[in-house]
Amino acid sequence: MPIYPSRYSWPMARITNYILKESCMAVDMELELMLRPPSLPMAPYPPKVITLANGKKMVVREAHREDVPTLLKSVHPTLFIHKDFYDVVGARLYSELLGMYTYRTANEFCLVGQIDGFLVGMVNSRMYSAKTGMSLHTLAIDRGLRVGAHLFAAKMEHHIEYLGQEEVLIVAESPIGFRRWMLEYGLEPTDIPHELGGALSYRLTRELYFETKPRLVVGDRPVPPELLEVAQREIIIASEAETREKIAGLKGR
Amino acid sequence: MRDVAIIGVGMIPFGRRDEDTLVDMLAYASLKALDDAGVEAVDAVYVANMGGGILQHQTAVASALVDRLSLLPAAADLVENGPASGGSAIKNGVLAVASGYYDVVLVAGGEKMREVSGWRATDFVATLTHPEVEYPYGITLPGMAGMFTQLYMEKYGVTREMLVEISLKNQHMGALNPYAHVEMLITREGILDSPHAVVNNPPAATPLHLYDLCPVSDGAAAVILCPLERVKELSKNVPVIVAGFGQATDTHTLAERDDPTDLKAVTLAAQQAFERAKMKPEDISVAELHDAFTILEIAESEHVGFFKKGEGGKAVLEGKTRLGGQIPINMSGGLKARGHPVGATGVAQVVELTWQLRHELPKERQVKGAKAGFSINFGGFGNNVVAFVLKRGEK
Repeated sequence: MPIYPSRYSWPMARITNYILKESCMAVDMELELMLRPPSLPMAPYPPKVITLANGKKMVVREAHREDVPTLLKSVHPTLFIHKDFYDVVGARLYSELLGMYTYRTANEFCLVGQIDGFLVGMVNSRMYSAKTGMSLHTLAIDRGLRVGAHLFAAKMEHHIEYLGQEEVLIVAESPIGFRRWMLEYGLEPTDIPHELGGALSYRLTRELYFETKPRLVVGDRPVPPELLEVAQREIIIASEAETREKIAGLKGR
Repeated sequence: MRDVAIIGVGMIPFGRRDEDTLVDMLAYASLKALDDAGVEAVDAVYVANMGGGILQHQTAVASALVDRLSLLPAAADLVENGPASGGSAIKNGVLAVASGYYDVVLVAGGEKMREVSGWRATDFVATLTHPEVEYPYGITLPGMAGMFTQLYMEKYGVTREMLVEISLKNQHMGALNPYAHVEMLITREGILDSPHAVVNNPPAATPLHLYDLCPVSDGAAAVILCPLERVKELSKNVPVIVAGFGQATDTHTLAERDDPTDLKAVTLAAQQAFERAKMKPEDISVAELHDAFTILEIAESEHVGFFKKGEGGKAVLEGKTRLGGQIPINMSGGLKARGHPVGATGVAQVVELTWQLRHELPKERQVKGAKAGFSINFGGFGNNVVAFVLKRGEK
């Protein structure tokens, strides 16, 4: 189990203790509290397991603050992959995860996909308000298995079913994303500028989510304990070279 | 007419070759074929390519290749015949050698499709459809294949399980082929049985699903042809003889066919090839069929005479088309897994058969004692088809 189940529910004394002692960050707490965005209560995402096309079992679970340094290492090589917009997605995701780690992004969550403990992809998002979700990024590391599609679906599932939101605002930064989200979900165009660069958002409503759920959202709960234990024990990441090869290599699809 | 032999072959791994230009890829494959044959000069070069003018904004690719390879002043021709460009280019090379006009001919096929989006690549291939009565209405090749599959299922009892079995077989073989674009194993659970398969393997062009379609690939392949009578002088390789070829066309629009499930051009091309080779389907040891869509492997296997109509799907389920079966089909992984850089495909099929007939493949892909090979290169939606019968020669 994660050490800190909910980063926003810590008592102030614990936050202070953590920042000053555990993380050795010598900061002025009075100022720090002014810098942090306000937060909303967030329900946890219950993990699930998905059987992929290759028969392997991908555990989808919520990552926690202590996972962020590992996730950052995994995202780092994508900043230099200049294809399929991995560079812009990677750079923005990196900063968002950093924002999550340093309490500079409000109500952010990150879901990871793991096979035998290995990280195969991640998604992040945040609650813009109690009713509206702001979808941030989807990063597939293992390609050709619809990992990104499954993780994006999990993200929508979290917004609508567990966080109880009415809508999610979404943009795509790549043609692949546009096909996966806007077309496959039949998202509604809006004139609302999205946080990600101001592109006009598309909207997944609660109604549309449940309409599309049977063909786009899958997964079994509860996750068998042996699978969950492996996933929670450690997030194992590929080396930078392996990550580049998985994403942009000759066989990358 | 002289007998024609293949004395050298070359191929580069298919996939996403972002760092290579179209001519780079053609050159790499050609150099491999020249090295394999042991020749340094050729009389003529035929290049198969469908989309250079559209996708790369580059024409006259054959001339560019000859110069790149320092093969000047070899004659150079570009052959554009849709997805059958590769087969057509080899056919033209074979005719040139058989006629006695040229002695050593290089045929190279290549395509660079991954530098555009999947939509644009699909649209590019759809330019082969009728420009007035098909293309303007949004038809694509997957769309045609979906309609064909529905009709074929209704008429011949082909089932989803049969198509899935082809996906599994060909991706299994692709995982064993270092030249294949898709080296990923898949399972029946993952693409059919599991409730999660609805996302893993979604409908693409109903009743075809994602794993029924070949990938969009970059790649190139090449062969060296010469008269059989000069093989011993020119090369140390076991020659592979082009025993027969056939080519036939069908109506441009599918709607004009009496029976859209009847692939007449496939039947005719195969008949011509077998007649010229003085062989029958049962004489073939291994086949490379044009499985751009899984249904085509079944339909072609029936139309060329490996199985009776309605029997091809059952044969797949019974393992008759696997390694060690009655007629192993697509031991390369086929278009489904090796990939389908359209101009390269027909050449790649012949390269694969040459390796099979020279008994050079690892045992997990090699058809033991293979003596004769057969290929179908399927252009358009069966409106231009090239077939080859190849046989192992004497060293």
